[in-house]
Amino acid sequence: MTASMQSSVGNPADEKRGMNLTLRIWRQKDPSVKGKMVTYKVSDISPDMSFLEMLDVLNEQLIMQGDDPVAFDHDCREGICGMCGLMINGQAHGPQQTTTCQLHMRSFKDGDKIDIEPWRASPFPVIKDLAVDRRAFDRIIQAGGYISVPTGTAPEAHATPVPKADSDAAFDAATCIGCGACVAACPNASSMLFTAAKVTHLGLLPQGQPERDDRVVNMVAQQDREGFGGCTNIGECSAACPKGISMETISRLNHDLLGALRAGARPKS
Amino acid sequence: MSCVTTCLVGGKAPVVLAWGLVVTVTHAGRRTPKVAKTNSVVKKAVMAISGIVMVLYLIAHMIGNLKVFTGAESFNHYSEWIRTIGTPAVPEQTTLWIIRIALLVAVVAHFWAAVSLWRQAKRARPERYVTKKAVAQSYASRTMRWGGVIVLLFIVYHILDLTTGTVNPDGDASPYDRLVASFSNPFVTAFYVISLVLLGMHLRHGIWSATQTLGQSNRRRERTVNAFAIVFSTVLIAGFLIVPFSVLFGLVD
Amino acid sequence: MPLDLFSVGDPIADTKAPSDVPIGERWSERQFRGRLVNPANRRKLTVIVVGTGLAGGAAAATLGEAGYKVKSFWYQDSPRRAHSVAAQGGINAAKNYRNDGDSVHRLFYDTVKGGDFRARENNVHRLAEVSVNIIDQCVAQGVPFAREYGGLLDNRSFGGTQVSRTFYARGQTGQQLLYGAYQALERQIAAGSVEQNARTEMLDLIIVDGRARGIVARDLVSGEISTHFADAVVIASGGYSNVFYLSTNAKGSNTTAIWRAHKRGAYFANPCYTQIHPTCIPVKGDYQSKLTLMSESLRNDGRVWVPKERGDDRPANDIPEGERDYYLERLYPSFGNLVPRDIASRQAKNVCDEGRGVGPGGLGVYLDFAEAIERLGRPAVEAKYGNLFDMYAQITGEDPYVTPMRIFPAVHYTMGGLWVDYDLQSTIPGMFVIGEANFSDHGANRLGASALMQGLADGYFVLPSTISSYLADGPFEKVDESHPAAVEAMQSVQEEVQKLLSINGNRTPASFHRELGQLMWDYCGMERTDEGLRKAIDRIRELRREFWSDLKVGGDWHSFNQTLEHAGRVADFIELGELMCIDALHRNESCGGHFRAESQTPEGEALRDDENFAYVAAWEWTPEGQPPVLHKEDLEYEYVHLAQRSYK
Repeated sequence: MTASMQSSVGNPADEKRGMNLTLRIWRQKDPSVKGKMVTYKVSDISPDMSFLEMLDVLNEQLIMQGDDPVAFDHDCREGICGMCGLMINGQAHGPQQTTTCQLHMRSFKDGDKIDIEPWRASPFPVIKDLAVDRRAFDRIIQAGGYISVPTGTAPEAHATPVPKADSDAAFDAATCIGCGACVAACPNASSMLFTAAKVTHLGLLPQGQPERDDRVVNMVAQQDREGFGGCTNIGECSAACPKGISMETISRLNHDLLGALRAGARPKS
Repeated sequence: MSCVTTCLVGGKAPVVLAWGLVVTVTHAGRRTPKVAKTNSVVKKAVMAISGIVMVLYLIAHMIGNLKVFTGAESFNHYSEWIRTIGTPAVPEQTTLWIIRIALLVAVVAHFWAAVSLWRQAKRARPERYVTKKAVAQSYASRTMRWGGVIVLLFIVYHILDLTTGTVNPDGDASPYDRLVASFSNPFVTAFYVISLVLLGMHLRHGIWSATQTLGQSNRRRERTVNAFAIVFSTVLIAGFLIVPFSVLFGLVD
Repeated sequence: MPLDLFSVGDPIADTKAPSDVPIGERWSERQFRGRLVNPANRRKLTVIVVGTGLAGGAAAATLGEAGYKVKSFWYQDSPRRAHSVAAQGGINAAKNYRNDGDSVHRLFYDTVKGGDFRARENNVHRLAEVSVNIIDQCVAQGVPFAREYGGLLDNRSFGGTQVSRTFYARGQTGQQLLYGAYQALERQIAAGSVEQNARTEMLDLIIVDGRARGIVARDLVSGEISTHFADAVVIASGGYSNVFYLSTNAKGSNTTAIWRAHKRGAYFANPCYTQIHPTCIPVKGDYQSKLTLMSESLRNDGRVWVPKERGDDRPANDIPEGERDYYLERLYPSFGNLVPRDIASRQAKNVCDEGRGVGPGGLGVYLDFAEAIERLGRPAVEAKYGNLFDMYAQITGEDPYVTPMRIFPAVHYTMGGLWVDYDLQSTIPGMFVIGEANFSDHGANRLGASALMQGLADGYFVLPSTISSYLADGPFEKVDESHPAAVEAMQSVQEEVQKLLSINGNRTPASFHRELGQLMWDYCGMERTDEGLRKAIDRIRELRREFWSDLKVGGDWHSFNQTLEHAGRVADFIELGELMCIDALHRNESCGGHFRAESQTPEGEALRDDENFAYVAAWEWTPEGQPPVLHKEDLEYEYVHLAQRSYK
């Protein structure tokens, strides 16, 4: 026997196959046309499949039938790139607090009906079916989500010690993967948690201090310009966040923003 | 009983005034118009601060209401005192009008911020989800907007009922008699109770939200703030509810 | 070696490293001898950068800061998605913050040795030199590296080294480093120095008068195919592990950019050097789309074992201590469970081949923390590995605190890539290749925490410096889409896209991809044999014919069509797969990640053949029907003495 990874595990005896599911999926050819929910059946779904693998199965069927496969975004499939993101039965990334790619079919049972929709927010226009354009997030980062340090100009890394507590808290905020679940889950379609995570990450570090006021003022102005809703502190964002970014970051953003405005910082137009 | 916001005479007034305020705020000079208009966080701060002003008033109002248990004379006297605070140094009702105007500004600002954020949220999600579940959203936070509107309608009725006496069955009587007349009607009491419960929930989310908005919350304080919000709103609303129930059950007549 | 599979051409050599000075001075000497571009002239020079991972993102940002006009391309929606984001472990740097005897020379030495003496000394030494600057740069950007209570940076030892030189940000170092580069890139986009092309895939290289002058790219949303021009092209499109279909790479990771550049004349070096990572979550079923790696730091406390008896299918906890075989501890008493990746992987394969593997299909070995939990207590194990345990539980539905984890090797990184000289320039003038896409620094095996180091070294420090020597000759004559070379490239891309759509056969791109992956894993995976490789070459050629006659891709090209994207990538993987097998077949020695069954010590360890194979195999593409041409670059070791690796 050789260590043949891909064929010998296809043995049905090794697997708990057999879920039959009804999927209602949002189909929309492009942004210019109206979309609608379309019903599909998939059968013989293993509980060990990831949610995206289940959609792969559906798409293989659709291609072979000559139908248009369902477009959805995904890339790393290990929960870190932030590319995937579906509204599953009304919850961003589905019933578990994780990314869609890390959601497994064992979270469902035979006979379930599953509604699958794209993130819905006007700053996230639908590209096709379940894929949306999230470049608004990049533009929020462009507005100030960085530390201006051209390559080669950095001082020695140990020149500025950073208290471990600050560094750890900055890391917690910096784990945001920019998937957009916060916007999708928010009743106001607000991007506050995303912006706050970056403001918190950079604002906690000594390296981030020089641009702290301008950063928060410009990033908030940009998220408003993009057309995201305002935050009303409901907490759906944090509950849906696969990285568990806390509401504390929003409080910190608010604190920084009000302080910056008082100190005279104004957004660049 | 003395309701201070007597200048409110109709439900439309705040809307009109709200847009008036936008102009005032945006041309006030210190903030550039752009910041106030486009900055959702500033809107939330306006909402938080105006909310705090109203909550402070509610505390005083609730404590004042409890005077009803000291008898008609005492209650009417208290009511009269409110009109004469600061006299004779200042003319009668001066302090009262200062409070009224402050409250009016707070109500209008609060309402403006709410409407504006609500419109922003509508624009941000024109196509709604076919299926949407709430995970973290408390009943209190979900009812902020409609609850707020009902509370506003209640305040209007409340003023017409007890301050101006316009809709009170015993409109020309003393404040104490008006109060008893009003709450003797179970329907009025029911409306009062429902509105106050909604107000309580509004405060429960509002206190937490204001702490967040003003940047005063953090992970350590989160539980404390939430516990405080619950206890505070419960005590406040209980304080208000004691009065109509006492009237209804004949403890006060 | 049969000449029908390949032919041997002229040797090739790097001419850019100044070998007349000692190795420690070569980099600064090269920078001194290289030509510079006046800041005022940089505005007139355009550089295309394909890819936004650590290498591409850092390069685009740095070139933008320097004043060049940069056009950046990526296939995802945002530069932050590049697969560098998934790197877990850490980044090496010769800072010697631990005062444990580390130095630039030691990092250089370890990397050459770790690469099993198949890397170029000059490049590796430069990498070690630059490593210290990377950490400074990243800290200044706000990368939240792990710190100690005193506020200084924490280090750990990683991947079989005896010094602690690895900087890390919990298990998400790649993510944090990438966000540093991403933010620097977004800053340049905002400043107008970098033009962004999101969801755009490079499909061909445009060469004018022998120089790389542009690319043909497809906008994946509108489907529009267009040409883009520049004075130089930088490719940073990552590795090609997805030729195995199942790998730890992102689903979109592909070889298209480098493969099509290869077909335009860039030599492809050492394609058979692939790294198979020992601690991945085993395959569950034939629907599997991707493998997930768990940091090899797990091997610091976990013990690897299988049952002594073949076919023992009792649950792990029911197998008594005496009936377990802790084979790594038994075979390598001094390194035990911490042997390098290639050895740990191959031994796992060996025990599974003996029929002692565990889990579905017998393709797994146990990684057991029972002893660590008893020794350190569960809270300590949780603190150290909690996120990895959670990840394992999420994917498998099993609790690793109670039952031992099952692990199995998976393809993880490709050391091979386009051939580049010391300046990171390919054999096509004006085309530079950086990061995992090139072959330059890791030889036949990459050490843990060195990929991030190389990506950022290339992107922040090396390329921005060396490219100026080339650009100093520019700006080159203006070209546009009407240039015959551009028209030809454009047409060939359009023809291929239309052909993929017109076959209308019976198999999806994914089905071909799976079959290719299976072939590559079976015959060009952890163990390669002459016979197996020949068989694979034949079958890959058949598969290629079948692909072009039986493929089914629906839809059209002028819209968002993910099946079409996949089809184009699979077409390239099939061609690359064949070259990998030819390279593996011709290299009749074992080295690093390349293990030929015919070349092993009596104890079954990899046996190098320095006499015959101490060279880089740089492959030249030839037109249809002709075998590829092998160009050898001899490797000379002046500073590190060739020695057989031993981890006994």
